[in-house]
Amino acid sequence: MVLTVSLSVDPTACTGHGLCADLLPELVELDEWGYPIVLSPDVPPELAAHARRAVRLCPTLALRLRSISGSAAARHRWA
Amino acid sequence: MNAHPAQAQRPGRPSAERRASAPRLTAGWQATGRAAVLREHVDRYGPLPRRGAGGRGRGGLTEAVFKAGLTGRGGAGFPTGTKMRAVTSRRGPAVVVANGVESEPASEKDQALLSRAPHLVLDGAVLAAEAVRADVVHLCLPRASGWLTELMLGAVEERRQAQLDSVPIHVHGLPRHYVSSEETSLVRWLNGGEAKPVATPPRPSERGVGKRPTLVDNVETLAHVALIARYGPAWFRRAGLPEAPGTMLITVSGAVEGPGVYEVDLGTLIGDALIMSGISGQASSVLIGGYFGTWHDLRAVAGLPLTAAGLLHVGASPGAGVLFALPPGACGLAETARVLAYLADEGAGQCGPCAFGLPAIADDFAQLAAGRPQGPVLGRLERRFGTVAGRGACRHPDGAIRMAASALAAFAADVHAHVSHRPCVSTRRGHPPPAVLPIPRPWSEGEWY
Repeated sequence: MVLTVSLSVDPTACTGHGLCADLLPELVELDEWGYPIVLSPDVPPELAAHARRAVRLCPTLALRLRSISGSAAARHRWA
Repeated sequence: MNAHPAQAQRPGRPSAERRASAPRLTAGWQATGRAAVLREHVDRYGPLPRRGAGGRGRGGLTEAVFKAGLTGRGGAGFPTGTKMRAVTSRRGPAVVVANGVESEPASEKDQALLSRAPHLVLDGAVLAAEAVRADVVHLCLPRASGWLTELMLGAVEERRQAQLDSVPIHVHGLPRHYVSSEETSLVRWLNGGEAKPVATPPRPSERGVGKRPTLVDNVETLAHVALIARYGPAWFRRAGLPEAPGTMLITVSGAVEGPGVYEVDLGTLIGDALIMSGISGQASSVLIGGYFGTWHDLRAVAGLPLTAAGLLHVGASPGAGVLFALPPGACGLAETARVLAYLADEGAGQCGPCAFGLPAIADDFAQLAAGRPQGPVLGRLERRFGTVAGRGACRHPDGAIRMAASALAAFAADVHAHVSHRPCVSTRRGHPPPAVLPIPRPWSEGEWY
């Protein structure tokens, strides 16, 4: 089974450090005020490791990865 | 605007109570012009249905509301029966929150309803509580309207003495910020936090007040629930359209002879609602739905019904039932700039894109309104609309951008003149056009508790 994961930002947690755009420029760019815009929520398999790293290193834990199916087991595996 | 109950009786002021068909919520307003006491209320609508009857208790009322096709009257228009089912499907005792905060400056229908028919709203809240197995009702009101809180506390006390209700009703006054009437804001405030929106999921129906499943409904919605419990879904469907049944309260203002709150059938044409209110023959633009709403050329929408489906193709929605006819001589771009500055100030400041984006958009619009654009203001606005919309925890940035974008389209000729450094001026040469939309004074800066 291929697991589909979705990248998102919790806008209330994000304070615009911008680390995600450095670590994952393929999927995240910054707006004119330095806040991330997720270009595509779908994370291709070849970027999965980079996405996990960006999520792990987000200073405010605002960057999130969740499986589309939303099962807790899948979330643990990915995030 | 901001009607005080006393104003309804002031001679010379147009009556605030009109209708297009048989009155339901507003039955009897004209007779007294004041809050109906419990005895008057029961005389008019009859007693609450017996417990265990079809319209009352577990299951029965939820299904009746579902069959009636009632949708939320607070702005979002979500099917109320579906919401009640969602709360009922969760485990444990639930909570009912009656939302009467009405932070929309151009709306006064909730205040009008509460101040004339308080017991209809409270009936609905208590009946809904029984239906979704809630053991408490919280009535949320704007703290700035102390008189309304007093009035509702009096109504609650009347019911307590009559031993009418099976659940306690608590009355609360909330800070008056635009985003504070959002349902997640109410839940957060009732949980001891700030009256600011929270990102969903979980929705309040899953995890709300005290982490319990919570039904948040607008006070007008609950008044309709009280009538469905008494008279049934078939009766409810006798007004309105098959796909949009019932009546709704609307607030009409601007270039009309009789500004105020009216009860109309769903599906009433916008033109008819404005004619009923005595619209000026010179008005040519209308704001539909409030400050998250949209501007339109009057001729393009006069023949459209005031329903979500009927307005979808012009990008509008009824919202909380606000219609504002732009007076001749006023400038739609200047009005939009004022509203955007207000909405930018009224954000919760929780989400970067909204906290920085809305002030930037409001500033662009102010330049446009003044006819002093700095650089390519239209291109900048379009880009900022695109990057800011959809990136907040709540709909605040989306609503503000929707209004701003609709103004650029509806006032396209004015936009052209304004970017060419020719702003609107009133007939008195050199003076700016009059400011007409109501902008509340800032509510004690930073007070969110």
